[in-house]
Amino acid sequence: MKRREFLAALAGSLALPAIAQETGLDPAAVKLANGAPLKKGKVTLTLPQLADNGNSVPIRIVVESPMTEADHVKSIHLFSERNPVSNMANFYLGPRAGKAEIDSRVRLAGSQKVTAVAVLSDGTYWYDAAPIVVTLSACLDES
Amino acid sequence: MAARIQVPASTKRGEVVEIRLLIQHPMETGYRRDDVGHLIKRNVITLLSCRYDGVEVFRADLSSGIAANPYLQFYTVAGKSGELELYWIDDEGKQGSERQAIKVT
Repeated sequence: MKRREFLAALAGSLALPAIAQETGLDPAAVKLANGAPLKKGKVTLTLPQLADNGNSVPIRIVVESPMTEADHVKSIHLFSERNPVSNMANFYLGPRAGKAEIDSRVRLAGSQKVTAVAVLSDGTYWYDAAPIVVTLSACLDES
Repeated sequence: MAARIQVPASTKRGEVVEIRLLIQHPMETGYRRDDVGHLIKRNVITLLSCRYDGVEVFRADLSSGIAANPYLQFYTVAGKSGELELYWIDDEGKQGSERQAIKVT
């Protein structure tokens, strides 16, 4: 019995980080959704796996959407885990955008996970997250 | 503030047009210190808007998380011939704008 309990506890403790990782959404992104479910999909966030310099990292966000009056992307929000300003940028689109795709360059303070959230016209929230290793962090302080 | 905008000069009606914009701006984060140790005041472009024929088609709120000399690439549908007007403002209240005409056939 004792051994069984121990094994169950061990299995539980091993499963915990997995669950945390599964729901390990960016807190700022969860706050944006304001209780609405954040679903993974529709959004594709492209970042290099490794950036030598965090001062300028190319980023691309593509959202699958027909971009019609009835069904379009209203906004796209970018969140960083470690930057002092977590909400890096907000983009507001509409049916006149034709294509929900944005390219830019961001500053990243260290290796982290970047999250992009898209708000659709039907009120649903979709996200994608990408990890990135930053060798030289963006100079946000004296260093 | 110098800026460069790249938009196709002419296009067909209904076609999706790519807009590329590069603005010369330090995007000072406000976390850096100068040689004598004083914090350098934050100065970033906070708002950027793109109007097509007077109607806003794209808007962005930027922060210190955007790299210096911000680059943006986005899209719009070509309706009729008109002017594309990009406008932005930074923390110091400096405004910049760039216009380009699009010919739609």
